[in-house]
Amino acid sequence: MKYRGYSEVTGSDVSGLGEQVGRQRERVRARLALVGRVLAVMSGKGGVGKTYVSTGLARGLARRGLRVGLLDADLAAPTAARLLGARGPLRVDELEVHPAIGQDGVLVFSSDLLLDEGAPLRWRGPEGDRFVWRGIREAGALREFISDVAWGELDALVVDLPPGTDRLADLADLAGNRPEVVAVTIPSEESRRAVARAVRAALDAGLAVRGIVENMSGYACPCCATVYPMFRGNAGTALAEEFGVRLLASFPFTPVEDEADACPPRVDLADLLREAVA
Amino acid sequence: MKFLCLECDEQMRFEERSVPGDGTFGAAFACPGCGRSIAMLANPMETQLVESLGVRIGGRTLDQQPLEAVRGSLVGRDDAFQDAAPVGGLEWSPEAQDRLARVPNFVRGMVKRLYAEYARERQILKVTPEVMDRARTDLGLEGM
Repeated sequence: MKYRGYSEVTGSDVSGLGEQVGRQRERVRARLALVGRVLAVMSGKGGVGKTYVSTGLARGLARRGLRVGLLDADLAAPTAARLLGARGPLRVDELEVHPAIGQDGVLVFSSDLLLDEGAPLRWRGPEGDRFVWRGIREAGALREFISDVAWGELDALVVDLPPGTDRLADLADLAGNRPEVVAVTIPSEESRRAVARAVRAALDAGLAVRGIVENMSGYACPCCATVYPMFRGNAGTALAEEFGVRLLASFPFTPVEDEADACPPRVDLADLLREAVA
Repeated sequence: MKFLCLECDEQMRFEERSVPGDGTFGAAFACPGCGRSIAMLANPMETQLVESLGVRIGGRTLDQQPLEAVRGSLVGRDDAFQDAAPVGGLEWSPEAQDRLARVPNFVRGMVKRLYAEYARERQILKVTPEVMDRARTDLGLEGM
């Protein structure tokens, strides 16, 4: 049986799914047009302090008088809102959802503000097929976190990415080459290997990698301030050399008395990362 | 997506969408030439896949709501949002209000706004459960 193909049937496609997706992308573009810089803080490895760097960077920039937003892209394990002291409920009007306001006036949006305390990230949908659609749902959530949140005019939007490279790829698909990447590592060889893969993925996606931050480069004694070794390795320097980028900062683990001090003013990450944010 | 009547070589017209309630989705099309109707039926996984993209088969009649896909699908906290949704000039029957009250807080404001916009676009002055049923079908509000 022979019949016409899609493009030969010239009547309109009433669903217009491609156009609907196009409008979604246009909303993202329009929102990001008001943002000076998109700084993506990432690592191939978990537990290296990405959120510590993201929130510290955001607060440091805000303390300089810049308008800063922080988008927590770690949907399943969100911590940035809490670290920044941002609370809901979130105000919604006809067009957009207004972000929460964190310390130093940083605008914050995070799934932490949407989920019940202690509840895991869970989507409604048919049981048993989640592996088919969950990734699309999460990419869609990232899209809405950009396009539907009233970020307003920002000098910088800091994106706190989860471990791995999937969400970075989603961000690059949505935001083109706008994100500038800051990669966080700890000194160990295992971290170097994982972060190297992530940096390679960022470069392959056409993103500019502004440099490497080495966290936990030692342990700073709270009594005498002496820095003792903590991990074997020199991942920060090695990654900077391997990719021809700057080692932006290297700082030791510093015990804090309570959570509110997790991004203490005495460690101004925006200042430490001045090469990346200049 | 287009449907072609092979008998007439005519593009079929979209007639209506339906949501039987078992997670599946139906869209009816009719041939303008011979009048033959067909229904495209998507299973729950296919329906979910399309919804995950944040798009609507049959096209959109209303603008996308803020965080529509997230609010429509995330299992979230009841007090996450404070809706500033002035929906004035529209009457809600007591039955419609009862029904709205059973919608989880997480999405209630958005759902109310969707019903209100639906009613306004059709010059409906009073929202009743029947209007809500029609809107659910037409707008694909299943699961909300």
